Amino acid sequence: MAQVMMKDLNKKYDEVHAVKDVNLHIRDKEFVVLVGPSGCGKSTTLRMVAGLEEITAGEISIGDRIVNDLPPKDRDIAMVFQNYALYPHMTVYDNMAFGLKMRKFPKTEIAKRVGEAAEILGIQELLKRKPRQLSGGQRQRVAVGRAIVRHPQVFLFDEPLSNLDAKLRVQMRVELKRLHDRLETTAIYVTHDQVEAMTLGDRVVVMKDGWIQQVGEPLELYGHPANRFVAGFIGSPSMNFVEMTVADANGALWADTPGLRVKVPPASAARLGPYKGQRVTLGIRPEDLRVATGADAADYSFDTVVEVVEPLGSEILLDLKAGPNVIVARVDPTVRAKHQDKMRLSLHPERVHFFDNKTELAI
Amino acid sequence: MLIERRWKKWVFFYIPLTIFVLGTLFPFYWMLVTAIRPDAELYRSWRAVNNAPFWTVQPTLEHFRDLMEKTTFPRWLWNTFFIAVISTGISLACGLLAGYALARLKFPMAGALGTSIFVTYLVPPTLLFIPLADIIRDLQLGNTPWALILTYPTFLIPFSTWLLMGYFKTIPKELEECARIDGATRFGAMTRIIFPIAVPGILSAGIFAFTLSWNEFIYALIFLSSPERKTVPVGVVSELIRGDIYFWGQLMAGALLGSIPVALVYSFFVEYYVTGLTGSVKG
Repeated sequence: MAQVMMKDLNKKYDEVHAVKDVNLHIRDKEFVVLVGPSGCGKSTTLRMVAGLEEITAGEISIGDRIVNDLPPKDRDIAMVFQNYALYPHMTVYDNMAFGLKMRKFPKTEIAKRVGEAAEILGIQELLKRKPRQLSGGQRQRVAVGRAIVRHPQVFLFDEPLSNLDAKLRVQMRVELKRLHDRLETTAIYVTHDQVEAMTLGDRVVVMKDGWIQQVGEPLELYGHPANRFVAGFIGSPSMNFVEMTVADANGALWADTPGLRVKVPPASAARLGPYKGQRVTLGIRPEDLRVATGADAADYSFDTVVEVVEPLGSEILLDLKAGPNVIVARVDPTVRAKHQDKMRLSLHPERVHFFDNKTELAI
Repeated sequence: MLIERRWKKWVFFYIPLTIFVLGTLFPFYWMLVTAIRPDAELYRSWRAVNNAPFWTVQPTLEHFRDLMEKTTFPRWLWNTFFIAVISTGISLACGLLAGYALARLKFPMAGALGTSIFVTYLVPPTLLFIPLADIIRDLQLGNTPWALILTYPTFLIPFSTWLLMGYFKTIPKELEECARIDGATRFGAMTRIIFPIAVPGILSAGIFAFTLSWNEFIYALIFLSSPERKTVPVGVVSELIRGDIYFWGQLMAGALLGSIPVALVYSFFVEYYVTGLTGSVKG
């Protein structure tokens, strides 16, 4: 059990600056997920915590020790890799026991700990097998088991579910969450899948181009994205963005673009005041749009034409055009729509986001 | 349709394959037949009555007996074995460490070093023996097994380094990263995890190195002079061809006995050998 601190962490390869000024305080027992597109520096950050990459500048501490110059074996961490990294020439038991053997634990203690871990993960029957005789899900369990027998201070996960098929991934996700609730070990988890990030993380760190974009609890990221990138990255299908001009009419602010004109909700009006006459980006999530009824305020409604209908069963995704602007809406499965239908949509005024066009920061 | 296909299979597959197999194996068959043919049959005219060039009616082990008793052939076998084993051992030890370093460690000029090791492999022994002869003489190792034990690695080390480097690159690096997190040092991860996984690669490098040194001719011919110090390939040729007289029976018996150990080594490890050269590790 330990906290992990990263101070002004930087990693430079010959030409690439992979991680830039990362500052992060991971609390004891916390499950933190680093998420971002490939090449955003999330794996590099994790590997620096593990000691597999040298730190160019900055400081990492685990517990109350600064670990910058400690080799991986002395950091008291365990890591689960994307390709499982099971030792192919050893049985499952030996794979799980390896770390304990290296640390010279007595045989009885090793047997006890491996037995416990195998029971937690339901792999008791597999202990005598070799990794090549296991399925993907079983290998993943063994890899996790190998990490937990050591009772390390921190677990590191490097995209551990990416090699599993979709169904198994969902199942293992739940198991990992349950495991963390049970073991309460600090965990850092790297993924490019925002669903994994949202479901697993106590807090989520969104990264891009080596910079941390935002750190927050999953619903905070979803509800209050700090910038346009986070807004687009979190949520599926991703947020609609439309560039609009802020204009003053009838004593209220309006966001206006050909084919789309909505009133700026009162909550945002004060902050948008300085942008009068300028271009900003409006963001609205597909789930915050609905088919307009007579009861909806005309100020927040607009006309569209249906382009594509994607029925998913529990909901329908509509690709629509409001003038030249492409908009995706997630609507009730009872809505009947077909190609080229005219449809009036209404947006949820409290859930509209505005972003500065230059800085891309939320307004 | 089906018949036509079978016809094609014969023409394009079985017949060429048969020709190839016969062509490859015939020299070995010829070697065997010659080795057990009595002198009377060997040295008579092809047009003689009852001549049967492709088999013998009176097989004999006389040539083998002569080889063992009248020449120092057993000594040659031992010399060859001794030299091949030790130079293979030295080359494997160097090749393992060098191959691992080139495949895994990041250090300046790693690529250039790898290439230059390979380039030394390309220098033909027919040129290299000249400077090597000078060195061997300066070290006063001429006419000792060490002359060969120390010169064979000049081509064995580059070869095994490259083969092993290729093999190490096929092993996912996460395996040793995981071992290092699990509590092993880099050296520990190498010896406990990477080397055991690389056994097919190590075996094929070993077999290849052993065969190359077993069959090596030019260095052995130059650096060894006294008959009891010679290796099989040199001994057979220099002691069993006297002037312009070829002792065909003994020559072939010696060649046969000399190739048996290599054939045995190959047949034992053929599976490892194939996976070693194609490099396949499944996690």
